Amino acid sequence: MLSYLLRRLGLMVLTLFGVSIAIFLLLRIVPGNIADILFDSAGMIDPAEKQKIVAELGLDQPLVVQYAQWVNGLLHGDLGYSYVSEKPVLDEVLPRIPITARLAALAIMFAVCTGVPIGVISAVRQNSGIDYGLRVFSLAALSLPSFWLGLLVLMAFVNWAGLLPIYDKAPQTWGMAILMYGVPAATVGLRSSALIMRLTRSSMLEVMRMDYIRTARSKGLSEPAVTFIHALRNALLPVITTIGIETAFLFGGLVVTETVFNIPGVARFLVEAIRWRDYPMVQNLVMFIATVVVIVNLIVDLTYAFVDPRIRLGS
Amino acid sequence: MAPVLEVSGLSTVFHTRTGTVRAVQDVSFSVEPGETMAVVGESGCGKTMMALSLMRLIPSPPGEITAGSVRVAGTDLLKLDEPTMRDMRGSQIAMIFQEPMTALNPLLTVGKQIAEMVTLHEKVSGRAAKERAVEMLHHVKIPEPRRRAGEYPHQMSGGMRQRAMIAMALACKPKVLIADEPTTALDVTIQAQVLDLIDDLRQELGTAVVLITHDLGVVAEVADRMIVMYAGRKVEEGTVAELFAHPRHPYLQGLLNSVPRVGQPKRLQEIAGTVPPLSNLPPGCAFAPRCPSAVAQCRDAIPPLDEKRPGHRAACWVT
Ligand SMILES: Nc1ncnc2c1ncn2[C@@H]1O[C@H](COP(=O)(O)OP(=O)(O)OP(=O)(O)O)[C@@H](O)[C@H]1O
Ligand SMILES: [Mg+2]
Repeated sequence: MLSYLLRRLGLMVLTLFGVSIAIFLLLRIVPGNIADILFDSAGMIDPAEKQKIVAELGLDQPLVVQYAQWVNGLLHGDLGYSYVSEKPVLDEVLPRIPITARLAALAIMFAVCTGVPIGVISAVRQNSGIDYGLRVFSLAALSLPSFWLGLLVLMAFVNWAGLLPIYDKAPQTWGMAILMYGVPAATVGLRSSALIMRLTRSSMLEVMRMDYIRTARSKGLSEPAVTFIHALRNALLPVITTIGIETAFLFGGLVVTETVFNIPGVARFLVEAIRWRDYPMVQNLVMFIATVVVIVNLIVDLTYAFVDPRIRLGS
Repeated sequence: MAPVLEVSGLSTVFHTRTGTVRAVQDVSFSVEPGETMAVVGESGCGKTMMALSLMRLIPSPPGEITAGSVRVAGTDLLKLDEPTMRDMRGSQIAMIFQEPMTALNPLLTVGKQIAEMVTLHEKVSGRAAKERAVEMLHHVKIPEPRRRAGEYPHQMSGGMRQRAMIAMALACKPKVLIADEPTTALDVTIQAQVLDLIDDLRQELGTAVVLITHDLGVVAEVADRMIVMYAGRKVEEGTVAELFAHPRHPYLQGLLNSVPRVGQPKRLQEIAGTVPPLSNLPPGCAFAPRCPSAVAQCRDAIPPLDEKRPGHRAACWVT
């Protein structure tokens, strides 16, 4: 178990190293830097001025040097300053993290709490009307782009039902808070929910054909006991893995949803920073997100090992 | 002694797209307490489906028990409602399966799986049920039963798992134990141990055992009486000694000829051909297409199960 953990930690470091190179290079490949953008949008024209800004930010140095400076700072806890606001990156990012974290956690909770039970119902009632309905619904949920879904939801709740205030002020009551956090979370989580539902369903159907399910029935267990005590735990193993992978995809949905719902979280901020080619901001934010994803996946794998004795105890 | 298990006229079919599969047709037999009844036949003859029909565990749909009765200590299982039937499974009639590797839940400890059986059928505390599980593991001669009870199936060998299965099946002292090829997946030495174990427990608890196998060596060793199944039907029935000495049905003769025997220099003979598809059986005797002594009558009409010698019945027009 310990060697497994060490191996996993080593792999994590390697992954993050790879991510750092990738995001660094990708940003440099995208045309234009902050100086270009400032000059284009603000209408400055003095080339000497522009040259000064580039030199000040160190953008004229060789890429290797720039990369080394960034990583060196990162390792020493120095994230640098935002090109745009000129404030420390940490001060800009920290207050936004809880907002996004809450949204992401709610979204995953929503995905699991709806996807798993619906998948089980669909499997237990295989080929019934309910099953077909749920499968069509989940396919639709998987195919809907999240920006489109976000706009639809916003329209439905704000415009037609009048249930939600426009997302421009803090919620006043508990009920309002639940709505205001819950609706965007459900919007982000719907895709994962549909995926988890389909996976739970197929996994349940496969497990229900296993010999040990027949054994469980031969003991005289009732159908619900067979389903929940014997089948569900086995069927959830592949679902656990998916939850880890889905957290990575979740950030894509968060970017869109935070924008649509006007939520001042990390994801929306990231898009903003990319637009300004705010290198320190983008690089460090991406590293942060990558770290979160990697840690979540480690937790997921440990959970898997905890649930499955064949992995925990070795087979 | 009155039989504890009486099966009569049992028929099971599967409704499939390509037609009706007649997996079990009009099978009758009875087993007394403490008796071992062997069911033999080639692969695909409907032995497992017959056993699952007794437990009412035929997957439905597509399966359906269409006729017959299964009486355990006088109660017809086929007439019970589902909750009452559940109470009977495990407590009155229990089953062990062919594949010990996959028949136990990989995520639960062996002790827990045995204890589950006990708490399900008896009003005992969780702790008492666990104690019983350890006791049962000790009973089936698993060393260090207390430690083993805390282990998961993958930590045990095949033989050990099959013992655990037996411990589970017998935990509530059922009147009838169905063992569906309990040793097929095991090493030869382990096979003998597991068979001895079932035999010891049968004597000790007075359980009636239905032993499904296609190994005639096993039958000779542990069974009192046997029935021979072919293409879903019972084709011969009698005591093991009688049937081995005077097989009447050419199918049983063929099976016996394909078993090596000490002091028998004759070459082994396989039965030519295969079991016909159960969805498309010939109108007469199902064995006729493979039978060396078949006559015209065999292809036209299904032979009745006649008493050929006292206590020995066979379904054959010729012999
Ligand atoms: N779900 C099903 N649908 C249709 N036919 C089925 C189904 N399950 C079993 N059968 C049929 O029932 C027949 C009997 O199968 P069964 O498993 O009882 O044979 P068996 O005698 O136990 O063979 P083996 O020695 O290989 O275990 C098979 O020929 C098979 O085609
Ligand atoms: Mg079988």
